[in-house]
Amino acid sequence: MIFRTLGTSARKYALFALTALLLSAMNAFAARSDLTLAMVLEPPHLDPTAGAAAAIDEIVYANIFEGLTRIGPDGAVKPALAASWEVSADEKTYVFHLQQGVRFHDGAAFDADDVKFSLDRARAPESTNAQKGLFTAIDEVEVMDPSTVRVSLKYPSGDFLYNMGWGDAVIVGRTSAAGNKEKPIGTGPFKFQNWAKGSQIVLAGNPDYWGEKPALDRATFRFIPDPAAATAALLAGDVQAFPSFPAPEAVPQFQADPRFEVVIGTTEGETILAENNARPPFDNPKVREAIAHAIDRKAVIDGAMFGFGTPIGSFFPPHHPAYVDLTGERKYDPELARKLLTEAGYPKGFRTTLKLPPPTYARRGGEIVAAQLRAVGIEADIIPVEWAQWLDQVFKGKDYDLTIVAHTEPNDLNIFARDDYYFNYRNPAFKALIAQIEATSDDAKRKALYQRAQGILSDDAPVAFLLQFPKLGIWDAKLQGLWKNYPIQANDLTAVKWTD
Amino acid sequence: MNRSLVVGLAITLLVAAMALLSFVWTPYDATAIDIPAKLLGPTAAHWLGTDHFGRDILSMIMVGSRNSIAVALVAVGIGAGIGIPLGLLAAMRGGWLDEMLMRLQDLVFAFPALITAIMITAISGPGAFNAIVAIGIFNIPVFARVARGAALSVWSRQFILAARALGKSESRIITDHVLPNITDLLTVQITIQFALGILAEAGLSYLGLGAPPPDPSWGRMLFEAQTMIGLAPHMALFPGLAIVVTVLGLNLLGDGLRDVLDPKR
Repeated sequence: MIFRTLGTSARKYALFALTALLLSAMNAFAARSDLTLAMVLEPPHLDPTAGAAAAIDEIVYANIFEGLTRIGPDGAVKPALAASWEVSADEKTYVFHLQQGVRFHDGAAFDADDVKFSLDRARAPESTNAQKGLFTAIDEVEVMDPSTVRVSLKYPSGDFLYNMGWGDAVIVGRTSAAGNKEKPIGTGPFKFQNWAKGSQIVLAGNPDYWGEKPALDRATFRFIPDPAAATAALLAGDVQAFPSFPAPEAVPQFQADPRFEVVIGTTEGETILAENNARPPFDNPKVREAIAHAIDRKAVIDGAMFGFGTPIGSFFPPHHPAYVDLTGERKYDPELARKLLTEAGYPKGFRTTLKLPPPTYARRGGEIVAAQLRAVGIEADIIPVEWAQWLDQVFKGKDYDLTIVAHTEPNDLNIFARDDYYFNYRNPAFKALIAQIEATSDDAKRKALYQRAQGILSDDAPVAFLLQFPKLGIWDAKLQGLWKNYPIQANDLTAVKWTD
Repeated sequence: MNRSLVVGLAITLLVAAMALLSFVWTPYDATAIDIPAKLLGPTAAHWLGTDHFGRDILSMIMVGSRNSIAVALVAVGIGAGIGIPLGLLAAMRGGWLDEMLMRLQDLVFAFPALITAIMITAISGPGAFNAIVAIGIFNIPVFARVARGAALSVWSRQFILAARALGKSESRIITDHVLPNITDLLTVQITIQFALGILAEAGLSYLGLGAPPPDPSWGRMLFEAQTMIGLAPHMALFPGLAIVVTVLGLNLLGDGLRDVLDPKR
């Protein structure tokens, strides 16, 4: 009997193997159409118009939700739900001509009323939009006919079309907007399917999409906070793409492996050592200057990021056309730092605290920065904190001395003009300059103004500028179409496909 | 001569000597960051290589041993200092006091040690002090149980009856007769708890709940080595070895002591 059993199971096995072989052969003809991507952080919810978390946009932007315009992989503004637009001579009136035949995922038709609803909702006083500043220029939104919208501005705004391309400015449905946090309903090429909290979110292709249909019909976003697990998941093939890989030390290993493609790009993430300008001794400009000179950016980049990342001397991304390299203004010079501290009245230095959120760049960078500060006499006690604590204590409560964080929003120089921001930095001249930039649409003039603003921040040293955060993209070598850079927080899957 | 006692004692003394030596001498400053010298394998200049910040791993292990030993020592001290008197009291009085104390111990036991420690450090924040308290609290019921069980069997012996008949007070009986008769057992338990304390400290600092940087600790060294394992395996190997050897040494010492002190052998 034993032999019989063995015989049957062997036959069964052979049949199974044959079927599997056949199936895999068939797969070779039909290109693969599913993808599992990994992200470090899980979003708190999925409504991009009601939250600041980058993880929301990294899932929904361009996939589930679309705006009037969209930001492309190169950072340029492209048409989206607005097929075209006209701008008046005084640059204060925009007429948008909308796409025809667009439907939301719940079947509701999209028209001009949804645009008016979305923009009015975002700029309403009770709005929970995290980027209300994007809408401040808007004076009035009028529906001209179901496929035409006129937006009147209070003043000409050079950023208006760009701002309408942000995840925070996407168009939501009049009937479905309230439920977008748990079940997002947009107009995009992917529909939300399910969310296993703590593990993954699944999107499915939208068969009724108005535009060109993407090659993928299923995309899974998996959340892997641990860098060691991230490396293992990629190596094992559990995930086929990690658009922003968290362990720079493991990158060379993937670069040497032909199964993977490693694409090093740029992000809008200015990584800084923030100082509480309202709290002594950081209210003393000389102390802040001393800190700026005490920091060796190269050591931070080499030690914390394994050489990935670009040093910055102000709060501006090096790939931007208006960037000026100011890293030479505040050179690493511990002697000068000690001298400045003495002039500030701290010849023996002082003791302070450094709160560090969980990402590797902050924890490792923090250890190196603390050692560099110690070398000039500043003893910074490291306090590791979780993200929730960081947001609560540092960002909202402004209860901190020093902290390290990357600010990943694009075009966010204006945070230094906000009185209530956690830096507690106040400079009326800088505020006036930011207002002027927002009201200027001429490119050459804007560039000059941006450069002046960068100079002010380098001179004032409200925070110490460390590095522009790199985008370490690692994915299966057969995968095409993922973004190299992060001009905006997004993992746009519309152009992603498997080759062979 | 008992072999495991000799080996265990030798290893334990060696680790203790290393910790003491680190107060006066280490090959390098254990906290000195030297990025250009990062991730070097073992060489003549750096016997155990360097970590991702270019710090000397041998120096870090030496200074880290101080942290491990101090945490384990104080934790065992808290556990034994509070647990043994409680156990003796429970054995002496019996009745409702014994019941209550033992059920209270059950309550502490019901939480796994590491979870308890994580809870305490989550409430009061990470740091060496909180790690000590967390591990110490878990040690209390361990010592109380061992002391109570051993003391109970001593209390039923005839020489206790004799001492009582002579009019000795209960506290005198404990110090003169009960305690000396259970010292062997407690000594063995102390070495075992000490080894567990070293492991617990490594576990907590691995989870980021131990002493914050820059003070080196064995557990955090392992954590930092985790993502570098393909790049610099020595970063994980040496602190891992330090933990294994130390715990092995203490366990051998405990085994040896039990064999030597046990009158039945």
